[in-house]
Formats: sequence, structure tokens, C-alpha cells
Amino acid sequence: MEPMRMRATIQGDVADIKLLINHPEETGLRKDPKTGQLVPAHFITNITATVNGKKVLSAQWGVGISKNPFMGFKVKGAKAGDKVVVSWVDNKGETQTGETTIGS
Amino acid sequence: MDALRRNILKNAGGVGMIGLAIGAGLLKPTLALADWNKSAFDAKTVPEAVKALGAANAAESKEIAIKAPDIAENGVVVPVEITSNIPGTEYIMVLAENNPTPLIADFDLTNGAMGYVAIRIKMGKTGPVRAIVKANGKFYTAFKQVKVTIGGCGG
Repeated sequence: MEPMRMRATIQGDVADIKLLINHPEETGLRKDPKTGQLVPAHFITNITATVNGKKVLSAQWGVGISKNPFMGFKVKGAKAGDKVVVSWVDNKGETQTGETTIGS
Repeated sequence: MDALRRNILKNAGGVGMIGLAIGAGLLKPTLALADWNKSAFDAKTVPEAVKALGAANAAESKEIAIKAPDIAENGVVVPVEITSNIPGTEYIMVLAENNPTPLIADFDLTNGAMGYVAIRIKMGKTGPVRAIVKANGKFYTAFKQVKVTIGGCGG
């Protein structure tokens, strides 16, 4: 699995966090063009983010999230050097965690 | 209930073992116990999805801004940014009203997270992208119409 790509910058006391995940995000409605069979659903169901161990975001995702998902969010009261950790789990039970440090 | 949780329950024989696994650092507590609202995500209409998430009676609000293209040439990837300027915003739900299952995602925002999320969504056809926001226990909503040239759900 390719690592999550994350970037966290800060302006004043607001951190701007952006991330990209490598994931097929299959809806279960798409047919394989070669076989004509439906490709089984495979999508992220839950994603969470913490800043310095405190939960800032907890989301449920459905099949309407695009392939190789992007997410951006903002956290007030953060500072350069704070640690951001993002974890997801998908409908097959696969998980991944990524972390970065808020840059100045 | 997601597959991970189901497997853990099946393999470990109950909540006590999950506690042990968390204690031993084997599991991330937030994910092991994550809930996924199947009925909301399976809902075929906006009212059903919204009801399943307990977000009834949302009032239209001009304090919610939805940034999305007027015309999305390809519905496979439609960038959407939601900004809620309502003080105390603690939750944002995103729906594509004309998708086969309209609910895209929802976000609980805590500990300084602002009323803002950016994502990229699939849209099957032209229709409103709707946001529902919770702030101080009340629900607010806004939408933006997005024209989709090539749908992005089946293909």
C-alpha cells in the first residue's frame, strides 16, 4: 500500500491540513470491462484525525468519495510542530495510518 | 457494523477481548469501535438518509458556502469545499441529491476543528450538492447546483 500523502501548514493559529490516500473506492456498481462482472465494493468507511493526540475529525464515508480520496480540513488553536495523525478503515477491514508535523 | 469490527467480534469472542487488544496497543481504539451508518448510506433518497442520521428540520442558511464547479465535465471527480460560518459548527454532512445513494460523507468536528471540509466526490448526474450542518444542537442547510456532463457512478 502506498503511504498517505499529507501536508499541514499554519497561518496564525489555524492549521490547514490536506491529504491524499491511495484507494480504489469501488462502488460495487462498476462492471469490469473485460469480464462484464461487477467489481465488488471496496471503499473507506471511517476516517479519523488527531492533533497532538486530541481527536479533531471523525468521518463516515460512503461509495460517493472519489478514487484516491482527497480530504482537507482546518484546525484552530494549532501551532507549528504539532503532530497530525490520520487513520482510515475500509469495508474489507484494511486500515492505514499516516502522520505529519504541522509546518511553519 | 464494518467488516473489521465484525471480524474482531467473531475472532476474539466479545467486547472484553477488544478491550484487551486496545490495551495491548494492537488496535486503534477510534477505528476498532468506529460505527458506519449502513441505513443512511444505503438510503435511496435524501429524506431517508437525513432521517437515518437524525438531522431533521434543517433550516436554509446563507452562512454555509459550498464551493463546487458550476459544470463538472466528469462526474468521477468533483471537488467540493464546504465552509460553515455558523458559530459552534460541530458537524457537516455532504449529499449529492441525484446519486443512486445520495449520502456522500459526514464529519464530526471537535477540539478546534473549524466548520470546513474539502473532498472530491462522484456524481452520477446533474443535481444539487447539499450540505447539512449542526451547530449548537440545531441543523442548517444549503445547496449548490452542479451540472454533470459525464456521470461518474457506474463507470
